[in-house]
Amino acid sequence: MIFLNALIQGILLGGLFAMAALGLSIAFGVLRVVNLAHGEIMTLGAYLAYLSLSALGLNVWMSLLIVVPAMGVVGYWVQRLMLQRALRLSELSPLLVTFGLAIMIPNALVEVFSNNKKPLPTGDLAVQSITIVDGITVGVLPLLTLVVAVVLIAGMQLFLARTKMGRYMRAAADDSDTLRLMGIDYRKVYAFAMAIAFGIAALAGVFFGIRQGGVTPFDGQLTVLFAFEAVIIGGLGSLWGTLAGGIVLGVAHSLAGQISPDLPLLVGNLVFLAILVFRPTGIVRSKVAA
Amino acid sequence: MTTLTAASFRVDRYQKRALMAGGVSAAIFVALAAAPYLLDPAITSSWIKLFYLITLATMWNLLAGYAGMVSVGQQAYIGLGAYGVFVFNDLGFDAYSSALIASIAVGAIALPLSFVAFRLRGGYFAIGTWVIAEAVRQIIIRFDELGAGRGRSISTYTGDPVFRNLFTYWLALGILALALIVTFYLLRSRMGIALQSIRDNEVAARALGINVSRTKRIVFTIAAMGASLAGSVICIQAIGVASPNQIFSVSYSAFMIFMVLIGGIGTIEGPIVGAVIYFVMDFYFSQLGLWYLVVLGLLAILVTLFLPKGIWGAIHERFNISLFPVGHRIVPIADHIPTKVLSNADV
Repeated sequence: MIFLNALIQGILLGGLFAMAALGLSIAFGVLRVVNLAHGEIMTLGAYLAYLSLSALGLNVWMSLLIVVPAMGVVGYWVQRLMLQRALRLSELSPLLVTFGLAIMIPNALVEVFSNNKKPLPTGDLAVQSITIVDGITVGVLPLLTLVVAVVLIAGMQLFLARTKMGRYMRAAADDSDTLRLMGIDYRKVYAFAMAIAFGIAALAGVFFGIRQGGVTPFDGQLTVLFAFEAVIIGGLGSLWGTLAGGIVLGVAHSLAGQISPDLPLLVGNLVFLAILVFRPTGIVRSKVAA
Repeated sequence: MTTLTAASFRVDRYQKRALMAGGVSAAIFVALAAAPYLLDPAITSSWIKLFYLITLATMWNLLAGYAGMVSVGQQAYIGLGAYGVFVFNDLGFDAYSSALIASIAVGAIALPLSFVAFRLRGGYFAIGTWVIAEAVRQIIIRFDELGAGRGRSISTYTGDPVFRNLFTYWLALGILALALIVTFYLLRSRMGIALQSIRDNEVAARALGINVSRTKRIVFTIAAMGASLAGSVICIQAIGVASPNQIFSVSYSAFMIFMVLIGGIGTIEGPIVGAVIYFVMDFYFSQLGLWYLVVLGLLAILVTLFLPKGIWGAIHERFNISLFPVGHRIVPIADHIPTKVLSNADV
């Protein structure tokens, strides 16, 4: 029963990892940009939520209505002003630019907000849980996180398959030059994709902050690795694969935590490296070549 | 246009300039080695940091600038080099020999790790190296005899602080010289040409018969050994490691990237210039606290976008000079057509 409980908690934790990884998966799938600052974008989102809580008196869920669009706008302009230029220069340039952002953001956050944890209270939601059978209790918040992650992935799949902008994005991923010949400014398509990636990252950052009881400046250095691990375990270029990767990582963390509380991070990293060695294409076969 | 025939041209490797560069560098190194006898020891021991910074920048440049592998996980080998000092010091070696033995051990660890890291490419390679560094740190802190999460200090060590600083200074200088010599000769060798072709187009390099993964593996291992030596110097200078989180910190990668980008990626001179700039900046601005790191990140972005070849690259382009020539040029043989010298922009 303890094992089953750990498994279920792991799957729920996987929902959070998948949500964190989704923005990364989109940025790589459409733009082929590996955003090393992804974790910091999540942290920034959580701090924005904290600001709207403390300055505007909103609750966490209302604050998402500000945080997600705001970070989307940031993503749009980061792509237009920095990454677009970097993409033209060389393969390494976007990496270096995003790493620069990854260094700037947490250090600036420490100077502005200090190292102390800033709370993201959700009232009694954080402690509510549903007992399924004796010994298996599911927290409402982790369940909500998994549901949101699944809805986001399903929504993103529908968006890519059914809408005009979704088609442009897939076209831009395949061949941006031809898209340009069709009269579509691929730079705007790229920027729009980055806006979505940043928006979802911010959302994931808020959920991560809620789970951790608050947000600290260097959280991003941790979450960026979770997100990347989930993407690679799942298989590059597949959104459902990202969910599967998140769940594998979540279960690994949760089971390791049963043995010793200081093991989850190490075991998660080792599982990731083992999958790299034995199944480098990820557990879900991708339709897009990496 | 005159016809170019094989007989009327020869390929020049800048032998003369390379010899001269070697001579001048040797003289500089001898002068630096003698410096502690002439200058205030406080001044020379502050240069230790400069020496290991140049070593780190040179090694990262070899990885990213010449072999196209952007790693943000070199702190794994810096940390292992530092902890290797403890391991071999505990076994009875003095701290300085421990540094050298540790680098060989780290090479032996990095080689198999490359099989894991090379599963990933480009940006995902960067993240893979970061994960490896995290995993290494998490394994190291499980050993109580290595101080667990608290860090520890070197147990047996030269008592006299003057000699201690002097030996550390020479160790750091020797490691720097070794790093530069290895890099220079590696890049002038056949493998240097192979490396640059891999960086420019891996598929084409493979098609020309270059063993791409073997070449990259060798560079990956050398870069890890260099980082390990630098890590040992950091540990010996501080007589220990204050905390594993600090010696395995990703900010080392940030500093390496910053130095190489500012100076000029893909040149031998660039990382040296970059390291000197960083050293001076660090000296004057580190009291700004973390804003200093924010500025560093911003500068790295601006240089990447607007001065992609760095300061040395810009100088090289403007005046066409290179102190450490590793390129080729074609020169006409005297009694044939005296046309202008064709240069392949001597990398």
